[in-house]
Amino acid sequence: MKDPRLSVIEKRLKNIGKIIAVSGGKGGIGKSVTSSLLSLALSKKGYNVGLLDLDLTSPSDHVVLGIKDVAPTEKEGIIPPTVNGVQFMSVVFYTNENPTPLRGEEVSNAIKEILCITRWNNLDFLIIDMPPGIGDELFDTIELFQGAEFLLLSTSSKIVFETVKKLLLLLQELNVPILGIVENMKHYDNGYIKNMCKKHHAPFLGEIWFDKNFENAVGNINKIMDTQLFKDIDGVAENIV
Amino acid sequence: MHEWALADAVIQTAVEVAQRESLKKITSIKMSLGELQEIEREFFDTALNELMKTHGDLFSKTKINIKTIKTRFKCRACGHQWKLSDTEKTLDEETRESIHFIPEVAHVFIRCPKCKSPDFDIVEGRGIGIDSIVGEK
Repeated sequence: MKDPRLSVIEKRLKNIGKIIAVSGGKGGIGKSVTSSLLSLALSKKGYNVGLLDLDLTSPSDHVVLGIKDVAPTEKEGIIPPTVNGVQFMSVVFYTNENPTPLRGEEVSNAIKEILCITRWNNLDFLIIDMPPGIGDELFDTIELFQGAEFLLLSTSSKIVFETVKKLLLLLQELNVPILGIVENMKHYDNGYIKNMCKKHHAPFLGEIWFDKNFENAVGNINKIMDTQLFKDIDGVAENIV
Repeated sequence: MHEWALADAVIQTAVEVAQRESLKKITSIKMSLGELQEIEREFFDTALNELMKTHGDLFSKTKINIKTIKTRFKCRACGHQWKLSDTEKTLDEETRESIHFIPEVAHVFIRCPKCKSPDFDIVEGRGIGIDSIVGEK
């Protein structure tokens, strides 16, 4: 039995200028915060931006951006709500923040369903918040989002980069476009990630210093935009545009 | 009308088949709708008819056959099998609407009636599928 959803996904994504998958292979390295704030930063620069939270079992972009009391509307599909200038889509609209236990095949099915029914409106950028791991979601993203460019996050730690490196090498082996690597949660300047970027022929896109004040700004756009963390991500956005 | 997007997927698939096989007309589309997704047939049929009109004569002779597949679940923890009708009384309208959009959300709201596990397979009757597309050259 043929899956008709695959035929229409390309059509749904054709009006998107650039698709950026924010990934890193590991959990807890700031993918959701970076994805959310990168979307916001690009939107504030005047671009049409979409944010897709693909971390289906643990979505959290809505928490970062304080998105609540909104829902997609139906018109020949699903129209994502626009919040603070960003078109936002997440499975959380349908799970009501309950635990979402999905196995790999179910994750793939849910991703295809979301892509089939979501109608983005003329985006310059679609930012995808990727789940951790090198598994189903990664291969689905590569297969379904043809031309998506990967932005990889790493902390300054050699331990973290060891995992990021595996993802980087895999993407390079698969000839997937790599936008570059961002050094996140930076505490100190050891030059390690910059050196690794040179060694592995990946662009260094910028650094985001650890900001202890960010937690108090979570969920409040005005406070977020005053943080050093947002300013650092805005610098990364400058390097992308 | 979310049914429109799914109908669009069906028609797009048929157009691709026609292009690939050099078909001048699509004469038959046989497809299945899973009970779980609760597709509103009136909306879906209307969308199919409207979308077919946008492709000239390609669908002028098309007969569409749609069958509904009852949903069957199987628990991965205890092996118990059950039907949607066995659990749907526990699902309120908002929950059914969520499953309508993304059937995998069933794992959020449905549990095995025997052992209460959320770890189950949707064996059949999930969503939309195309069984065959036939045309003439």
